[in-house]
Amino acid sequence: MTTVAEAGGAPRAARGAALDRLFEALCFGAATLLLTALGGLVVSLAIGGWPAFERFGLSFFTSATWDPVQEIYGAAGAVTGTLVTATLALLFALPLAFGIAIFLVELCPPMLRRPIGTAVELLAGIPSIVYGMWGLFVFAPWFAKHVQMPIMMSAKPGTLWETITTGVPNGAGILSASIILAIMILPFIAATMRELLLTIPAQVRESAYGLGSTTFEVIRNVSIPYVRTGAIGAVMLGLGRALGETMAVTFIIGNAHGFPTSIFASGSTIASTIANEFAEATGEAHTSSLIALGLVLFLITFAVLALARLLIGRQAHA
Amino acid sequence: MIHAGSPRLSRRIGEAAFLAFCWAATGLAIVALAAILWSLVSQGVAGLDANVFTKSTPAPGSEGGLANAIVGSLMMCVVAMVGAVIVGVLAGTWLSEYARDSRYGKVVRFLNDVLLSAPSILVGLFVYEIFVAPLKGFSGLAGSVALGLIAAPVITRTTEDVLRLQPVSLREASVALGAPVWRTILAVIWKSAQGGMLTGALLAFARISGETAPLLFTALNNQFFSLDLTKPTANLPVVIFNYALSAYDDWRRLAWAGALLIAATVLTVTVAARMLAREPRRS
Repeated sequence: MTTVAEAGGAPRAARGAALDRLFEALCFGAATLLLTALGGLVVSLAIGGWPAFERFGLSFFTSATWDPVQEIYGAAGAVTGTLVTATLALLFALPLAFGIAIFLVELCPPMLRRPIGTAVELLAGIPSIVYGMWGLFVFAPWFAKHVQMPIMMSAKPGTLWETITTGVPNGAGILSASIILAIMILPFIAATMRELLLTIPAQVRESAYGLGSTTFEVIRNVSIPYVRTGAIGAVMLGLGRALGETMAVTFIIGNAHGFPTSIFASGSTIASTIANEFAEATGEAHTSSLIALGLVLFLITFAVLALARLLIGRQAHA
Repeated sequence: MIHAGSPRLSRRIGEAAFLAFCWAATGLAIVALAAILWSLVSQGVAGLDANVFTKSTPAPGSEGGLANAIVGSLMMCVVAMVGAVIVGVLAGTWLSEYARDSRYGKVVRFLNDVLLSAPSILVGLFVYEIFVAPLKGFSGLAGSVALGLIAAPVITRTTEDVLRLQPVSLREASVALGAPVWRTILAVIWKSAQGGMLTGALLAFARISGETAPLLFTALNNQFFSLDLTKPTANLPVVIFNYALSAYDDWRRLAWAGALLIAATVLTVTVAARMLAREPRRS
């Protein structure tokens, strides 16, 4: 594709061409500013978190002690909480998102396609803090009464099931946070999946139908293999969102430090710990440990997002 | 032997189960949306009276509203959007018109995507480190910078995408008429892409107007009415966060009213942006 810059290389300079350089420099400057912002973000987190890494060394990553009184900080509890909630959220959201995407592409009556598509988009537009309030005041009481209590009452004492479902039945905790997160990432995964499914050439699907396949068989044997790489990318993108989500989780995870002991127990994620404590952090070690946590979160999400972009990009070029 | 007629029973059951699951998944998403909107309306409308727009955030037990938070949020979002639109449009233009597939262009494009999906709380930490800590003070301006950093990558991305959709012949026609490149971009390319660029800006605005995490330790909060962005500034998301987790009923009622306001704004802007994007181009 020819760019304007190339096309502009006319033999005689156009009137006002002197400003070309200036305009290009402005555009270049804006692009570089974005680059600098991301670079600055990483460097500032590294500098701010350095005292914590220096003071606690490897134990910062292995210890789950988070004790502002004795000034001992370890990230393991928050990192575990982050990974567990994000993974659970993904497990819940993935099949549902896939179902929605297939519904919108294959099954939806044309008349309903736009309203339902808009509804899913709106679900993505609701601010995180609204999810948090709804989770805490509406979802948690319902969840405690209709899910937690029955499960905890029916769990046989001494079994593994009992161990992973102990906790205070107040509706808050790891599992509740994961469910709210799942609702939040659902529309993003569904929207990307839908885009991917729409890239499948009609002939390919029609041939499969023509051979007598059912919708399920077309999806399983034709559609999924066709979009596989991109779909994994979409999933990673959803995972990236779940990892960094802050406000909704802060409302409903219960905010307890240390390793989460069961799916109903209170816990914390990296983002919720920072949100809760940073403005009131006492002393340099506390502040620095929180920033170090931020750097860990950045590295985790960066890895996930980079992989996602790579996979989605490959699909788009295929 | 394969029967030529109807598919085998197991296939039909599998098919029915699969279709039912797809219907159920979509139904579940719609039920979730309806439940959230219903709680917002039923809880929020009760707290929504004239005081909300005319009075500032109250001490517990006394009468008050959200006026200072609404004004603070608006000011910060406007400042953030002005900065983000300038940077985002220029950067998007550079990616589309100058960089294309150059190596540096690819790097910027990739890192812009990373910034686009980086956790917003980290942007807050970054602005705290470079802005709040050195100047020894929380301020509305720091909040604007944080929001701007979240909006700019969105605008860059959409700008690049819509500019790339403009036909090359349009560029060639303009250059052939003797217009320099900058005028071609300003008066022809931007002009013909303005609908899409506006959509991008609206989506960016929708995204930042509900953002809470990056404001917690940049703009902080302010109990009083103030137009001074160099001081800590009240804003809706942080007020909602503080009030929702408080023990006072009237504070919680205000939090629901604020949540309804924010959600209504964000959803209206999102729908407007989508409708704008769907509108057939006049030609």
